[in-house]
Amino acid sequence: MNMMVPALSRCILRGVAVAIVALPLYAAPALATTIERVVSPGGIEAWLVREPAIPMIAVDFAFVGGAVQDPAGKAGTANLVASLLDEGAGDLDSKTFHARLERKAIELGFQAERDTLRGMLRTLTENRDEAFEDLRLAVTAPRFDQTDVEIIRAQILSTLRRAATSPADIANLRWWQTAFADHPYGRPVDGTLESVPAIGVDDLKDYTRRVLARANLKVAVVGDIDAEAVKSMLDRVFGALPAQPELKPVATVSPQGLGRRIVIKLDVPQAVMAFGGPGIARKDPDFMAAYIVNHILGGGTFSSRLFREVREKRGLAYSVSDSLVWLDHSALFLGGTATRADRAGETLELIDKEIRRLAENGPTADELAKAKAYLNGAFALNLDTSSKIAALLVQLQCDGLGIDYFARRPEMINTVTLDDARRVAKRLLDGGLLVTVVGRPEGLASTSAD
Amino acid sequence: MSKILPFVLALAAASAPAVSAWAGPDIAHFTLGNGLEVVVVPDHRAPVVTHMIWYKVGAADETPGKSGLAHFLEHLMFKGTAQNPGNGFSQQIAAIGGQENAFTASDYTGFFQRVPREHLKEMMAFEADRITGLVLTNEVVRPELNVVLEEQNMRVANNPSTRLSEQMDAALYLNHPYGRPTIGWRPEIESLDRDDALAFYRRFYTPNNAIVVIAGDVTPEEIRADAEETYGKIVPRAEISPRRRPQEPPQEAPRTVTLADSRVEQPSVNRYYLAPSRTTAKPGESEALEVLAHVLGTGANSRLYRALVVDQGMALNAGAFYSGTALDYGKLGVYGSPTPGKTLHDVEAAIDTVLADVSEHGITADELDLAKNRLIADTVYAQDNQATLARWYGAALATGETVDMVRDWPEAIRAVSADAVREAARTWFNRRASVTGYLVNSLKSEEKHS
Repeated sequence: MNMMVPALSRCILRGVAVAIVALPLYAAPALATTIERVVSPGGIEAWLVREPAIPMIAVDFAFVGGAVQDPAGKAGTANLVASLLDEGAGDLDSKTFHARLERKAIELGFQAERDTLRGMLRTLTENRDEAFEDLRLAVTAPRFDQTDVEIIRAQILSTLRRAATSPADIANLRWWQTAFADHPYGRPVDGTLESVPAIGVDDLKDYTRRVLARANLKVAVVGDIDAEAVKSMLDRVFGALPAQPELKPVATVSPQGLGRRIVIKLDVPQAVMAFGGPGIARKDPDFMAAYIVNHILGGGTFSSRLFREVREKRGLAYSVSDSLVWLDHSALFLGGTATRADRAGETLELIDKEIRRLAENGPTADELAKAKAYLNGAFALNLDTSSKIAALLVQLQCDGLGIDYFARRPEMINTVTLDDARRVAKRLLDGGLLVTVVGRPEGLASTSAD
Repeated sequence: MSKILPFVLALAAASAPAVSAWAGPDIAHFTLGNGLEVVVVPDHRAPVVTHMIWYKVGAADETPGKSGLAHFLEHLMFKGTAQNPGNGFSQQIAAIGGQENAFTASDYTGFFQRVPREHLKEMMAFEADRITGLVLTNEVVRPELNVVLEEQNMRVANNPSTRLSEQMDAALYLNHPYGRPTIGWRPEIESLDRDDALAFYRRFYTPNNAIVVIAGDVTPEEIRADAEETYGKIVPRAEISPRRRPQEPPQEAPRTVTLADSRVEQPSVNRYYLAPSRTTAKPGESEALEVLAHVLGTGANSRLYRALVVDQGMALNAGAFYSGTALDYGKLGVYGSPTPGKTLHDVEAAIDTVLADVSEHGITADELDLAKNRLIADTVYAQDNQATLARWYGAALATGETVDMVRDWPEAIRAVSADAVREAARTWFNRRASVTGYLVNSLKSEEKHS
């Protein structure tokens, strides 16, 4: 009975949310948060925020080299590794390992993303030594026992079977497959019903050996712990990993299929859509202007143009939004909505029109001012929990933005002029859209024989 | 600050807990002259604040035939007031980089903003104005009804497992309005209009039916003054009668429902049992149910997962839950999904064996300790997130609990005995007060399974 029905949450399509490796998190001035760079005697770096107010510690980390490092024909390897790293390590089988974690209420989890394999540890301060030991075992001595591999594999296959009839998953998957055909980004992070059964224990061990190394490791620690304790943790937990990873080179690409519309029939009441095109790289000087333009189009708040036109004025959909997605080897913007089948054509036309209008005329001075104010003010909300701070610090390291990014960010926002915004709106939004539609949309057909 | 509460020390003599309870922040709670309750949860780590208003009205308070009205009104609350017309409130939140949303459940409706601290009083003024100042025209009401219908499509109609869950609730409650979906039955949503919304609004939205929860970088003293100047000025406009809903008669027959959808790729069996809520339970009873559900069904070493997934290899997943935050009834649930080749019947029988065992023999001392440690640690982890704390207090108070009950919950968990858990299992795993739901691909395939 406690089913919550958020009225206005802009539920991004699940698959799209997974696809977004980097959330838009930005700094405002005068934050209480002080970031310390800590380097262990063994040379491992971490960014630390000390927060003694609550007796807990959050450790987040990432190994660069996520699902893009899956072997050919074995998409889903990184995902399977991530699902198994907490299923037993060293002399401890899965049951014993889980019991150790549970006894001290230690939370340990891993997740594969396109560019990174991420880990997360949460412990009460009083249990930190045991927590660090559990983490050391998980990253340096995972077992991959066949029984556990088969249990987890069966669960992943079940998830994939479910996704095969979920409109949002289908729309998203097809979008990425089309935009990144013949590139690792086109392969689903979770793998496919064909690829996951082909992954052997040797593949898991090989992936772990190649990717889990020190040189491609980014660590953030937030909580009730000091720099000295972090240093000794870093060497103890990660010190035994190889110095260098063995990563396959990944080509830099732009999304393909612009101007195409692909309709996939499924017997559901709505038409679920994914739409997007090329974005702007994280380190491009125009990135911040692009971020502002995207915010005005379909990001952030209940006042974006898409929200107003599609939802508020016409009631065509419950959710409509888009985000900038930046990856190590590509950049894009990607949005989604779920709309009435009989008005799907109208909805898509409206979205297309709003994108073209913004590309041609740019935002108004008022919209630009409001977007800047929003981005400057919103930052503090991303720094109010240890977990959020830890995730942000890992992201900043992965993006190579520097420990002084918080201080530089306000100026990066404030110096974007209306001319910049207009120029970048055209650069970002004028390239045409790749659209995937799932359902029984009336008045919409594929643009080519799919 | 002492990290260990005195009562824990007293109990620690018997078995040393691996996890200490932690007192958390000092909560302030007071009531204004107009009957509006205020709860303040200080968290000084970041200069932000979470501001929520909870109305003690939800889907279970709707008139029969008007299901979905509480949720529809929640959407309409964003349409502006005489003093702040249109989306002025949302625009202002966006202008300061804030976040906002709202939610509806069976027992309450809530609205919140997360903003930089210095904007709190402004938010309080906006929210106070919205208690009685809403202005609705058909021009804004009609498109919003379409939005809600698309929300129903997206959340329910597109999703077979949500549809099963709706059918199970309808079968579980023979007489109580918890049997109605919060979002409403679609034909009834379609008939809702402006007059329905305004009548509901005038009847239930009044300061004497609301709780304001403020968590963040604030002190109770400043909040008290600001609350008097904003909320304190709103005149109560309705008498609120005690919330007496039709209660359940003695339930005599187990029910089963089967939802068939050709998109179901992964069958599952779910069972709900009627149980007491924290508000209606005898002392210690709901805490025993929490421990019971944890031991049975949370994590890889829980009884159900261990037996069905690991030892017998017949299920992909299995678990249990207890939801206890409700005015009238809680819910105890178990579920499992068969591996390919196994049937729902196999899984259901295996679940029943585990339930029978725990009802007869209870749980071990070790299981009891592990569950308590985990549940208590969760309350420490929750302190990391001011919005989580605000939701805890808001939901509890809106469902008849007290501030003390929330604050002392770790103590109540620590006091649970193995006997109480066995007693809870014997009492509440009562098939006659249960509904079992099967999610299948077609009704024909289910016949084969049973």
